[in-house]
Amino acid sequence: MSEPLLTLNNLSCERDSRTLFSGVHYSCPPGTLLQIVGFNGAGKTTLLHTVAGLLPAACGDVRWRGRPIAQQRQAFYQDLLYLGHQVPVKPQLSVRENLLWLGALNTPATEAAIAAALVEVDLAGFEDSPCYALSAGQKRRVLLAQLYLSRAALWILDEPFTAIDKSGVLKLEAAMARHATNGGVVLFTSHQPLAMAEFTTLDLSAFQLSEQPSEEAI
Amino acid sequence: MPIGHDGYQVGTGFKAILRRDLTSVWRNRSDIASPLVFFLISITLLPLGVDPSDKLLAVIAPGMIWIMALLATLLSLDSLFRQDYDDGSLTQFILSPQPLYLTVLAKVIVHWLTTGLPLALIAPVLGVMLSLPAGGYWPLVLSLIIGTAIMSLIGAMGAALTVCLRSSALVLTLIVMPLYLPVLIIGSNTVSSSVAGFGAAQGLALLGAALAMALLVMPVAAAGALRISSNH
Repeated sequence: MSEPLLTLNNLSCERDSRTLFSGVHYSCPPGTLLQIVGFNGAGKTTLLHTVAGLLPAACGDVRWRGRPIAQQRQAFYQDLLYLGHQVPVKPQLSVRENLLWLGALNTPATEAAIAAALVEVDLAGFEDSPCYALSAGQKRRVLLAQLYLSRAALWILDEPFTAIDKSGVLKLEAAMARHATNGGVVLFTSHQPLAMAEFTTLDLSAFQLSEQPSEEAI
Repeated sequence: MPIGHDGYQVGTGFKAILRRDLTSVWRNRSDIASPLVFFLISITLLPLGVDPSDKLLAVIAPGMIWIMALLATLLSLDSLFRQDYDDGSLTQFILSPQPLYLTVLAKVIVHWLTTGLPLALIAPVLGVMLSLPAGGYWPLVLSLIIGTAIMSLIGAMGAALTVCLRSSALVLTLIVMPLYLPVLIIGSNTVSSSVAGFGAAQGLALLGAALAMALLVMPVAAAGALRISSNH
């Protein structure tokens, strides 16, 4: 068993002073494909935000290569690729220009690498199209092209399959599986049934507080 | 792609954001016209609404041009981080190995290049309209160049604090206005004292010191505020 890359250490999160889940312990050795599951509002996105360091944990901490992420933000963010619900693609800029600035924030991309990545997401030939002319699914694919450009070891993907067609979903699953084989870690959420063979799930409903303290008790 | 990085060059993101925002602004040129048009119209209307006599206008010209420049800057602040907040770019800024200070600085520089600098450059034309005495033109342009940069920096802090609010214009004005007052007082004084023959050096030196201070403090404050705002 190799040293875990990512460790969730007794993690509890709250939103608006309501505890969403508590006591989550989980170790991700290299090669982990972890799906976070739970009903709507269970705290899947909150968990991903906490792991990315966007939200402070109410209790416990997140460790990357054995050290809490709060102590090594810069090193941790070099290893992190985060794709959320939102699509940070500027409508006035072309596909290539968007990938260039997104890449410059983490792994600077070359023109050749961008062309190759756009082939992978079926956007070849759209390099110079302005993003306002793209459909919702194509805009998401511009973001997903980052998966083929980034050298980050940890991928956090919040609902990556939204607005992606069937063949795109299969390719995306293949990319995630390949990343795991290369020794990376993928954390993702999805409500779709997946064709991938090898992945583990973390069910947040198991970490809900069994008894909410009643008003009278307080 | 293979996993593993060979060191992130700090400054890569700074240049990329600078290029990104300048390209976006250039492609939406009409958006930056509105503060400029506001500035032009308000100054043009002043002689019509108050009194077209040279004597009165020459006295109030430095103050009026400075007040209108301040209001025009205020008008453009709300959009500084708004789009990046709405489309999730802000999250990517925060999750980058590049210090958020530099990203904020890049955004402020673009804001100043597209609002403050054009205002300062057309100010002499408006000075002619308000019959500003001859000694006031250079101090007016120089004080506005430095002053609008300070106002962009202070404004970035205000915009970062209020970016998560749905209707932020009023709160933003209330946060930023007290900090703008010293800039306004020193700025318009620089122009009027040089018209009166006392020279502009002292006022410009004060503005320069304020700019140095704002450069150090304001992007840090804005970066901290953006980290908090991104959670809401």
